[in-house]
Amino acid sequence: MNELYNILAEEENDDANRHYVLRLFITGASLNSRRAVVNIREICDVHIKGKYTLEIVDVYQQKAVAEKEQIIALPLLIKCFPLPERRMIGDMSDTQKVLKGLGLIN
Amino acid sequence: MSSETQTQKSALPSLPKARTGIVGLDEISEGGLPKGRPTLICGAAGSGKTLFSMEFLVHGALKFNEPGVFMAFEEKAEELTMNVASLGFDLQQLQQDKLIKLDHVHVERSEIEETGEYDLEGLFIRLGYAIDTLGAKRVVLDTIESLFSGLTNMAILRAELRRLFDWLKEKGVTTIITGEKGEGSLTRQGLEEYVSDCVILLDHRVVNKISTRILRIVKYRGSVHGTNEYPFLIDEEGISVLPVTSLTLKHQVSSQLISTGIPSLDSMLDGKGFYRGGSILVSGSAGTGKTSIAGSFAHSTCQNGERCLYLAFEESPGQIIRNMNSIGMDLQTHIDKGLLRFQASRPTLHGLEMHLLSFIKQVDDFKPSVVILDPITNLVTVGSVSEVKNLLIRLIDFLQNSQITVMFTALTLMNSPSEQTDENVSSLVDTWLMVRDIETNGERNRGMYVMKSRGMKHSNQIREFVISEEGLRLVDVFLGPSGVLTGSSREAQQLLERTGEVLWDHALSRKDREIERKKMVLEAKISSLKEEFESMQDELNRAYIEEELRKEVQEKNREEMTRKRDSSK
Repeated sequence: MNELYNILAEEENDDANRHYVLRLFITGASLNSRRAVVNIREICDVHIKGKYTLEIVDVYQQKAVAEKEQIIALPLLIKCFPLPERRMIGDMSDTQKVLKGLGLIN
Repeated sequence: MSSETQTQKSALPSLPKARTGIVGLDEISEGGLPKGRPTLICGAAGSGKTLFSMEFLVHGALKFNEPGVFMAFEEKAEELTMNVASLGFDLQQLQQDKLIKLDHVHVERSEIEETGEYDLEGLFIRLGYAIDTLGAKRVVLDTIESLFSGLTNMAILRAELRRLFDWLKEKGVTTIITGEKGEGSLTRQGLEEYVSDCVILLDHRVVNKISTRILRIVKYRGSVHGTNEYPFLIDEEGISVLPVTSLTLKHQVSSQLISTGIPSLDSMLDGKGFYRGGSILVSGSAGTGKTSIAGSFAHSTCQNGERCLYLAFEESPGQIIRNMNSIGMDLQTHIDKGLLRFQASRPTLHGLEMHLLSFIKQVDDFKPSVVILDPITNLVTVGSVSEVKNLLIRLIDFLQNSQITVMFTALTLMNSPSEQTDENVSSLVDTWLMVRDIETNGERNRGMYVMKSRGMKHSNQIREFVISEEGLRLVDVFLGPSGVLTGSSREAQQLLERTGEVLWDHALSRKDREIERKKMVLEAKISSLKEEFESMQDELNRAYIEEELRKEVQEKNREEMTRKRDSSK
């Protein structure tokens, strides 16, 4: 993982080639979770197609992760990279806010 | 039929409770917090909410075998550990032993973007996981209201909180939720709407720059509970609540009498002293020897091998010991033997309630048979007269319940109408000794009398009260022609009377001598008269004998003559 970050850091200057590392935490197949998955995929495919890694974590399966990642509200999307880290909660239906959170618009 | 209903009644399940282990709280809540249900602890910042909940958890883990989860929304785990370390709670060890789990929840609005519908399932999972791994029976959420500042969607938050509390109930964990006091409501976010089983309000009041902590059970569904405001104390042993207002007048009474330490005062009190478990007020103006009376009572108590707790508000223990030494009482030896304990503090150290609590803690700890408060007058500086009276009522009640004799001293000001402390306290006490200074002939003397002494025949006299190197002493009343005499005028009068006695003796002996003389004169007269009488008697006797003789001679002569004539014939 660290190596990956290093490589990515080198590329950081290059805005267009910036690689996005996203983690989406969901709760099984709940309505919000399913919607969040669909929405974030769609946004990413439209705006940063091919330049992102999306990891989907089911908190029900890994309960210990909730404390480790300071999770309260779900679904939660963490933009691990590029820095700064940003957290977005909700079903990702507010596209503008998601884009803002990803740093794609101001 | 009736017996059947009775058995049915007793068989009815009563609300199960989880003991908090907090001193006094389990008494006023009749057993603790509702088991398996959420309880709301609300109060302003610094009112002790976190400490309260932490104690609940730690006692649960250590004493009642109920592990607990502490979810902190404000303080970090390390900070919490540090904060309660001063109370002797080793959270690190407890966490290692899997008895307690600390989880710090970090919510920061600026770091979170809300992008649509969400729920708090993350919190549920997190809490659920912690509960399940520990087998926790107790949970603390401190302060869940922080969520409201981190998240903006009120509708979701409220719905989720409602769900959370239901879920906690379902899990059967006893939960404490803390909430900051809001304007006009118990909590800022109206948490009391969700938590309806038990609500406890903590308050921290500052009156006259002196703070008092107050606890009140606002509601407790399905249970009887004390409804008063109970003061509580946070000290090195944590929180202690003392149900000092839930007292009734049912205490046992003793008819045993204990000595006052002043034999002549004992004799004024039916010859024996004070009743054990009674309350005694010693009042008087400045410098009349109130502390000396208290000191001698303490001295005599310790000499009898009993314990005495001396609460001083004006003098330091060293000062009292020195002063008592000067009148022949060695208190230091009693301290060394562990029979006497001094507790000196300025009244302004803390509020009245706190004073009461610390008194009671001291009493519970030391278990004395006599408590002395010297003087209560100074307590008025931290509360109004009625508050002080209230405190004393409760203190007297508490002490009488434990059969502890209590002596108060109180200062009265001679020339002001404020014999207030007296007037307000005097109705409470069993025995009231009044020490007054009597000013005559340019000197000041102490006079003492027993204003009242319930349940005994006491002297109604004013006695002069003398403090000397040998201790305290009451001098017999001296009634002169112009009333009761004290001090040097008493001595002068005594002297005068002694002179009178000598004179009287003298006069008496002179009269005696005169009588003796008169007697002698008369006796001389009597003897001369007697002699006169004897000589007269002699005279009479001589005449009588002469007459006899003459008669005899004449007779003889006549017989001679007759015979002679016969022979001549």
